[in-house]
Order: sequence, then structure tokens, then C-alpha cells
Amino acid sequence: MTGVRDLAASVRAGERSAVSVLDGALSAIADRDTEVRAFLFVCEAEARAAAEALDDAVRAGSDPGPLAGVPVALKDNLCTRGIPTTCGSRILAGWHPPYDATVVARLRGAGAVVVGKTNLDEFAMGSSTENSSTGPTRHPQDLSRVPGGSSGGSAAAVAAGFVPLGLGSDTGGSVRQPAALCGVVGMKPTYGLVSRYGLIAFASSLDQIGPLARTVEDAAVLLEVIAGHDECDSTSIDRPAPMLVRSLDRGVDGVRVGVCAELVDGTAPDVAARVEQAAEALEKAGAEVASVSVPEVRFGLSAYYLIAPAEASSNLARYDGVRYGLRVPGHDVAAMNVATRTAGFGPEVKRRIMLGTYALSAGYYDAYYGKAQRVRTLMIQAFARAYERFDVLLGATAPTTAFALGERVDDPMAMYMSDVCTIPSNLTGDPAISVPFGTGRDGLPVGVQVLAPALEEELLFRVAAAVEAAAPAGDRTSAAGAVR
Amino acid sequence: MTDWDTVVGLEVHCELRTRTKLFCGCRNAFGDEPNTNICPVCLGLPGSLPVLNEQAVELAMRIGTALHAEIRPSIFHRKNYFYPDMPKDYQISQYDEPINVGGWLDLPDASRVGIVRAHIEEDTGKTTHQGASGRIHSAEYALVDYNRAGVPLVEIVSAPDIRSASQARAYVTELRGVLVATGASDGRMEEGSLRVDANVSVRRAGDEHYGTRCEIKNLNSLRSLVRAIEYEADRQVALVETGGRVVQETRHWDEGAGRTVPLRSKEEAFDYRYFPEPDLVPLDPDAEWQQRAAGAIGLLPAARRARLVELVTSGEHGAPTSQQQDQVEAVVNQGLDDLVVDAVDAGAPAALALVRAANELAADLEHATVLDPSAFARLVVMETTGAVTATQAKAILAELLSAGGGDPAEVARARGFEALADDSLVAVVAETVEANRAEWDRYLAGDDKLAGFFTGQIMKATRGKADGKRVAEELRRLRNGEPEA
Repeated sequence: MTGVRDLAASVRAGERSAVSVLDGALSAIADRDTEVRAFLFVCEAEARAAAEALDDAVRAGSDPGPLAGVPVALKDNLCTRGIPTTCGSRILAGWHPPYDATVVARLRGAGAVVVGKTNLDEFAMGSSTENSSTGPTRHPQDLSRVPGGSSGGSAAAVAAGFVPLGLGSDTGGSVRQPAALCGVVGMKPTYGLVSRYGLIAFASSLDQIGPLARTVEDAAVLLEVIAGHDECDSTSIDRPAPMLVRSLDRGVDGVRVGVCAELVDGTAPDVAARVEQAAEALEKAGAEVASVSVPEVRFGLSAYYLIAPAEASSNLARYDGVRYGLRVPGHDVAAMNVATRTAGFGPEVKRRIMLGTYALSAGYYDAYYGKAQRVRTLMIQAFARAYERFDVLLGATAPTTAFALGERVDDPMAMYMSDVCTIPSNLTGDPAISVPFGTGRDGLPVGVQVLAPALEEELLFRVAAAVEAAAPAGDRTSAAGAVR
Repeated sequence: MTDWDTVVGLEVHCELRTRTKLFCGCRNAFGDEPNTNICPVCLGLPGSLPVLNEQAVELAMRIGTALHAEIRPSIFHRKNYFYPDMPKDYQISQYDEPINVGGWLDLPDASRVGIVRAHIEEDTGKTTHQGASGRIHSAEYALVDYNRAGVPLVEIVSAPDIRSASQARAYVTELRGVLVATGASDGRMEEGSLRVDANVSVRRAGDEHYGTRCEIKNLNSLRSLVRAIEYEADRQVALVETGGRVVQETRHWDEGAGRTVPLRSKEEAFDYRYFPEPDLVPLDPDAEWQQRAAGAIGLLPAARRARLVELVTSGEHGAPTSQQQDQVEAVVNQGLDDLVVDAVDAGAPAALALVRAANELAADLEHATVLDPSAFARLVVMETTGAVTATQAKAILAELLSAGGGDPAEVARARGFEALADDSLVAVVAETVEANRAEWDRYLAGDDKLAGFFTGQIMKATRGKADGKRVAEELRRLRNGEPEA
């Protein structure tokens, strides 16, 4: 399997053309995406033009950058200039953003080739990619199952071998959980490390864009390109992108690893067993491993389902039929607003808008939104205490392996539980990564999650590389088996 | 019949004169082609994010400092409600932790109005309802101009310390002067740079409790403000005196009909669902920045008035006359006081410069604000020395104003204006007296009205070149039989 560094190197050296790399990706998509349905839109013409320009640049003696010719899939909540961006929602059907998200501009600047836009739960609200207005994405290894979500399209595109790199967004686990279910690497950076400019907001204080890749190294290469201060995002951290790749092989000798009980207990036994196995592997590699309890984790889901819907209810107000996207006529402006939003939003989005509107209402703010924010503060303090004793924490990414299509769609609480292990990092703003580590009893991938304090990405990736190196042989490559 | 007190609190929205909008790099300009100063951020396009404009913060701090407010660490909130000219369907505004808290504004009549807060927020777009009548209810469609969306505002909220429509007018006038002095505003109410909402209630004289208030919107001029407050206070008094009860509501001032009409009741009021804006970070200007902002404030209206009063009264006069006091206020409010000060510096007497500014310059404000101060100064000096008469000076000033400047001496020459030399004037007066003996005798006998007759005759004879003041002096001298000066 070729890593993206080697792939880019061969394109930069002129040994391989960006066009041929793109053709490989396009033919893989043509072969299998009719059944996986990872992509909502493949921008073949734009991609080909970009690849040709890259090859011309190489021939002219210039260096297109660290991702030269590497095909990338973008979750369809990232704005792409002139290319449809729908958030998987009817309400944005036909909208072509007039601008590129900062991450998209940085990808292009690094020589990456945007292949298309991937499926997602509508406005990133979901854990299975079934809440998409255009239908679900299927798990590449078992088409009767979900790929996870909400970045299920990007995760499936990488897992199916269509593209080596994908971008997703992670508000409550939407990069890490589908990565775990699909058997790829998925990472949520420290809040503020990656610019949100051009990421269509779900819950602004929780959203982060994160990489999906076949390997920890590829994810690190991608994060190095997209991270770093952006003056268009006020919450962007004012420091340069971290250097991750150079220290991936430094090992974990002496690293203090805390196995977080709340991130293991309650997960399926085969998942819990894989976490134990990963912990043992790290210990064997020289890490100091011990158990730790962070009881506040149990409040995460409740706090999250107040904060995220509250912010979403405000963020999604702008889809009112006035300026872009869907408009359903009404006898006056208010009636038009209502008709448009009634027709344009799916049931999960409506559920969360109503929940959030309620949580912010006069007289309820303190009891709901205000209290959830205090819980969030408690959670931050609890993790800070844990990090006094440990350098990183270890746990499961998702409670189970990929579940069946339709299994949880009528049971929102069961669906929400899919994110119970990933939500804490969004509430604290800390980074976390999911690394494939063997399979469950059903033969489907299991992800092990590594969590680190804010801005400790370098350590996080180093530990992730060690977990990856110890992963049971055969299982991981079977997940990404279609890769050329 | 009981006496009633009117209680008024004002919310003044001031558009800040920044180069760019509050959260993006679009030009902040009035009157441009609609929807030309727009971008993903001020259009609220999906994925866009706000970045706070430092110049807006600086101007807000200047306003706070000028109003004696405390500058505090602050945050932004989202005020959520649906409106077609509000791109995000929420307004980013400061809420319970604003940048400026407390303060006061002293008015020229020495009354003091408390300031509750002065916070930063973004403006909305501007909707124009299109249809036969131009009114909302019968409009066929609406056009929205988003050039105004995201323009920075500071909302200045007064305490309910105002007790009359005329005091409200004085407050807004004084506040406008302060805002212009800070460089925060151009003060143009007619362009919407300053917009006022009035909270009006009434109570029986001596009552300590406030009555139920109504908020009056759409007050686009000082005239509207005064009329609306008077109307609303009368309406509320009439209502209560006939056994009715004032209900808390928002009312719209209908300028054409001259009355306020209900817009929405308290029950229909929006639940704005305020919560902290997660896309922005807390604002905490350091002491150095605060000092820099304070240091950039220009001369405030009160200081400008004091400066003029001192000029006018320096010399033998003592206190200014009440007419002069009015002139000082008017000249400062109209931004003409610098012209007066410059003229005095150039040797013109303050009182005359003040009169010319309060009358002739104020009558042509558009030109006066761009008039070359030295031309004005030289003209006032010419009038003082008697080189031209008052009538001639006014004519020259009109020409200078329309030309934006010029040399008053040259204008005088071109028009053949020269005050009559004094010996010729004496001769003309003597001739006129001779030619009208009968009238002169009556004048000597005490018929003072005939002074006007003689002045008119003399002016006619000199074709207006005679200085009215000198004519009066000469007539008086002849009547009293005094020797020639």
C-alpha cells in the first residue's frame, strides 16, 4: 500500500502523472460507488483540470506541494467554489458556494486534487449517514450495514479505496466514529487548530474538521496541510501547524497511558477486548499503562444534546428561503419561511432545531443551556485532572462495530448512544484519534480511540502510530483491501 | 385636573464611521449601488464566520469614554429572530456584558441624563417595500439592500431621565455632537446614521413609580422625535384620564398621520433566545488601547461652547447675552464653531464672527462646512473695519459660500462694493437733512420713527454703500449738535 507521501513524491518527481492517479480514483468510484454511494457529487471536470495543471507544473519544474496529485474526498458540508455543497439537505439543493473553505484552499495549495463531495447525515446530524436527503451510504465491507456518521461518505470513500484521503467534520464524533466503523484512521483536532471558515456550521463551539485516512501517517500528512492559524476564523488558534510526521516513529517509551473506564465499560465485549489488547500492546512497547476513571464522561451525552441543538437552532435559521437554496412559496414572508423549512429539512434536523429552540427559550435557558455549559466546564476540569497523571487516555471509539441499516433510525436515543465515547473530546475541545485495531466478532473493524490534552497532537499521533503498529495483522488491511 | 409628568428613555443607534463593516472587509459606505458591498460573511452565507473589526471597538470605546462610561471586558451574543433583511436570521449584538456600562451626558441647560450602556452590534440590511402606496401592507414585493448588513452600530441606551420632548431633542442633539466629536459618527440623521427609539410613559406629577411604557420606533428626525413623544404622552394621559390603561407595546410613528400606531404587544414580542456567540472570542481591550482611544477624542460640544463663550465675552462684555448663548449652541451643533475660532485668530471680533456664522453660514450649511476659514475671517475683518457694510458683507459671504472660498476683497472690488468713505458719508447725510427740512424738524422734536426715513434716504443716495451703523451715528451727532468725530 502506497502512503500519500510516496504517492505525492512520485507525482512531484514526474514519475507518475496526477492525471493517472485521478483516473485510478475515478475508475474505482465508477466500479463500486453505485453500491457504496459514498459520493453525492463527483467533480470530474474540475478534478481533471486540476490534475492536468499539476502535471504541467511538474513538467515546468515547479513543486506543487506535499499532496501533489493526491485525490481527496470532501464531506459535503465544506464549501467548494462553484461546486455544489448541500449538507445532504434538500434545503441547500442547487447551491454553489462562491468561495472555498479555508481547508479546501489549503488542500489545493498543497497540490491535492478534490475528487468530489461525500455523503453525510443532513447538516452532520447523525451517526449512520442514513439521515441524508439522498439516501444512505453503505458500509464498503458489508452493504447491509451503515458506515457510521455523520462523515460516513468520506470514511467509506477511504475504506473502499476510492481515495487515500478524506475530510470530515467532527461535532460529537462524526469523523472518529465512522472511521472506527469503516476501519480507517479518523482524527478530531484540538478545537481551533483547523479553521472552520467554510465549514457549514452545525454546532459552532464543537465543530472541528478532521482527516480520514488509511494510515496514521497519512492522517498526519493531511492534518499538517490543513492546520494552522486562519484570520478568517476568530476561534482559530494563533500558532503554526504542528509538525507531526517527523516524530511518528519515536515510540511510546515512558508515555503514561490511562485506560479510561468510562470509555470502555458499556461497550460491546468484543470492542472492549480490543481496547484491552491495544493497552497491552502499548505497555509492551514501553508505555506506562494504568486505569483511570473520569466519571463526568457520563454527563457528556446529556450536555451535548442541549448545547449542540441550541447552537444548531441558531446556525440553521438562515435557511429561510430568502436568498439561496430551496424556496417554497407562501402568502407572505413568514409563511414562505415555514413552508420552505418544513419541506427542506429532514426529521432529525427538525427534531434538533426544536430541541435547541426550546433549550434557549426565555425561562428555560438557565435550566438547560446554562446548566449544560456548566457541565461542560466540569468535564474540562475532570479531564485536566486526569491529564495531571496521564499523558494520553485510551478507550473505545464506538460502543459497537457497524450496525445494520435501519437498525437505529426509529430510536434516536440508541442512535445518540453511538457517540457516547467520542462526545467528551468535543465538549473539552481536546484532540482525539480513532485507529483501526482488529475486528469484532462479526469480522467488522473496531476502532481504538486515543485522547490527548489540547494541542498535544504530536504526542497523540505518536501513540496512535504505536497502536497502529500493534494492530492485529490482516484485519486492518482487509478493511482497506481495495486500495491499489 | 392632575398634572402629568412625561418620562422618556432613548435608545440611539449610531452607525460607526469605520472603513469596513463590523465582521468582514466590505466597504462601509452609504449610498452605493445596492448589493455591491457584500461578501459571504455579511450575506451570512453557509460556512462564513465573523471577525471583529478593531476600528469599531476603538470607536465604541471613544463613545464610552466621552459619555463617562466604564469600559469593561465584553462578549457578543446572538439575538435570534427571523427577518428577511437579516442574513443570518440572528443579529450579533452585545447583551448582558456590553463594552460600555454606565455614564452620563450633561445637556446645555445643565440637566444630566444617565447612560445605562453603549454596546456594539451589527446593522441589518435595508428593505424597501415596492408597491403602489409604498406602505408595507399593500406592497407587492420587497427589495433588500445588504450593503448595510453588518455595518457596525453602537446602541446608546439612556436612563429614563428625560422629562419632555424638548429635553429629548436636546439630548439627541448633544449626543450627536458627542458622537461627531469622537469621530464615531457623521451625525447624519437623514441618512440613517443616527436612529432613535423612544420609550415613553406618563405618571401623575409627584408619583415615584414609572407608568407602563411604550416603545416608539421609526423616529427618523428630531422633528419626528418631538412630535412622537408629545403625541404619545398625550395619548397615554388621555387614555388614563378616561379610565383606560396603557399596555406595554411597541408602536410605530406614522409621520404622515402624525400619530403612533401599535406594532406588536408584549405578548407578541419576540423571544430572542440570546446566547453567547460561539464564533467570536471575548473582547478585553487592554489599558493602553483604552488610553489610545480616549486620546483620539476631539473637542466635545460642551468644551466647544465654552470656547466660544470665552471668546465672545473676553473684552469688556462680561456674560454673553441669551441671544449669544443661543447662537453659540446653534453654531456648535452645526459644526461651524471652528470657522468662528479661526476668524477670531485671524483678527476678527468674536461677536460679529458668531453672528455671521449663526445667521449666514447656518443658512447654507452644505457650503459652509467646506468654506475656506481664512476667507471667512478676512471678510469679518473687512466688515469690522468698515471696508464693507453689513449688507455688502452678507452678499460677499453668499458668493464665497457658493464658490467654496475666494478672496473677499476681490469679490468686493468686482461688485463695486466699497463702504462710503467717512467724509463723503458726512456730506451725504448733511445733504439729505437739507433736502428734507420738515422731516428733520419733526425728528428733532422727538419723532424717532423718522430715523428710519433718513437712513432709507441716505442708503438710496449712496446705493447701499453707506454703513448703517455710521449713518445712525452721524444722524445722532447732528441731532445732538455734537462736533464732527
